[in-house]
Amino acid sequence: MARILAFVLNDRARTDAVPGNLLLLDYLREVVGLTGTKTGCDGGECGACTVLIDDKPTLSCLTLAASVEGRRVDTVESLGTDGQLSAVQRGFHEKLGAQCGYCTPGFIMASAGLLRKNPNPSEAEIIAALGSNICRCTGYVKIIEAVQYAAALRAQGIAP
Amino acid sequence: MDALPAFDLLRPTTLDEAIRIRVAHPGSMPLGGGTDLVVNIRRGIVAPAMLIDMNAVSELKTIRADARGLEIGASVKLAELAGHPDVVKHYPVVAQAAGFIAGPTHRNMGTVGGNLCLDTRCIYYNQSEWWRSANNHCLKTTGDICHVAPKSRGVCFATFSGDLAPALLTLGAEVDLVGPTGRRTLPLSKLYIGHARQGEPVTETRGDGKYFLSLRPGEFVGAVRAKNMPELRSAYDKIRIRRSIEYPVAGVAVALRREGNTLADLRVAFTGTNPRPVLLEGTAALCGGALDERVFKGLDDLVRDQIMAMKTTFTPGHYRRRVAGVLARRLVTRLFTD
Repeated sequence: MARILAFVLNDRARTDAVPGNLLLLDYLREVVGLTGTKTGCDGGECGACTVLIDDKPTLSCLTLAASVEGRRVDTVESLGTDGQLSAVQRGFHEKLGAQCGYCTPGFIMASAGLLRKNPNPSEAEIIAALGSNICRCTGYVKIIEAVQYAAALRAQGIAP
Repeated sequence: MDALPAFDLLRPTTLDEAIRIRVAHPGSMPLGGGTDLVVNIRRGIVAPAMLIDMNAVSELKTIRADARGLEIGASVKLAELAGHPDVVKHYPVVAQAAGFIAGPTHRNMGTVGGNLCLDTRCIYYNQSEWWRSANNHCLKTTGDICHVAPKSRGVCFATFSGDLAPALLTLGAEVDLVGPTGRRTLPLSKLYIGHARQGEPVTETRGDGKYFLSLRPGEFVGAVRAKNMPELRSAYDKIRIRRSIEYPVAGVAVALRREGNTLADLRVAFTGTNPRPVLLEGTAALCGGALDERVFKGLDDLVRDQIMAMKTTFTPGHYRRRVAGVLARRLVTRLFTD
């Protein structure tokens, strides 16, 4: 049975009728048309589908769309503003944190969630916070550098 | 992964409403974070007609923790439990176990009730419909044979791998069950009935990997409680193939009391090894003296008798049992000497 879902997506209020068995991932990609969030393993093992729900990294492939009623969801599309990359996006771009790029939106959202909670994380805290994400190009060293760089950009007020 | 079958999702905000929905819809299942259940639905392992999202039920979302006692609602998120300052301070084994569950994103989603009722796992069970049908299914679904123990004669050996249960078992926790006939409280150890013994019929107090919880129809976990025992030193540790996210090769919770140079109390509980979390029986006999080879030898014997790990994709069963024993020995040593 379809139910009315009202929530805030990327800072805009939205209302849609969604069936109970629609996953948030499929809702974002197929209904809204935001394809930045990637479908990876489809079983909660890879983190490519990570979005923020009320600022907390969450796997959209295991979240039912109807369950985000009244909450705030941010996808990777929410980060760039007025043509400017966010600090985390700049970090991944300039420090070569992306190789094939498929896992990158998930890593970026997990990193954005970390920096919102902890603006100045240690290397150990970065590693711990990215533990649910997998990069099969094995670029973890550059990813950690990207997050450190992003934290510095934010601290200096260069990028949001 | 298969497409999701049709089901409805209801979001009660009070416990009474949740119970009413559960009673009205016998084919429903309570949903916590979905990190276990949604995966199993996608694999065609279970097909509930309705999911009851428990995350908005206000009565189930609180942690009460102080120097006297601990009470955790079933809808509390694992990340909140792992980082709760009073849980970290007074119940370190519980906070550490919560922090060892899956990865950080999963802990933002997963709940205490979900982890306590985590479905048992097996390399022949946690597979796609297509994979399982090619293998004639298994005992835990619709098949006739337990593929991981083919001579089991009708007993399912799927493994329980929740991390909170062993931690709470070392503290002698109780669990509140809520259902159509009201509330009841059980010792947490009585919730887990996965004894997997051959020749014993499945009853409310004795089950196997398939029937591993003593929940009655329509019942669900409401909260779990433990008393503080400030004299106990406790900790949790776990070994897994990928440290950041994987299910355990073995997990162990230890709580012990040291008086001078004497080991005065010892409780050891395992996960990831049997169809239930195992609070080792017979550890009292190891207490009363120094922490010496006699204790370690005795601990090894108890592990050998009571721990029954099955093979997984990566590791044979006998290796997992040795890992469990070594992990326990290390943790006991660390807690006693610290």
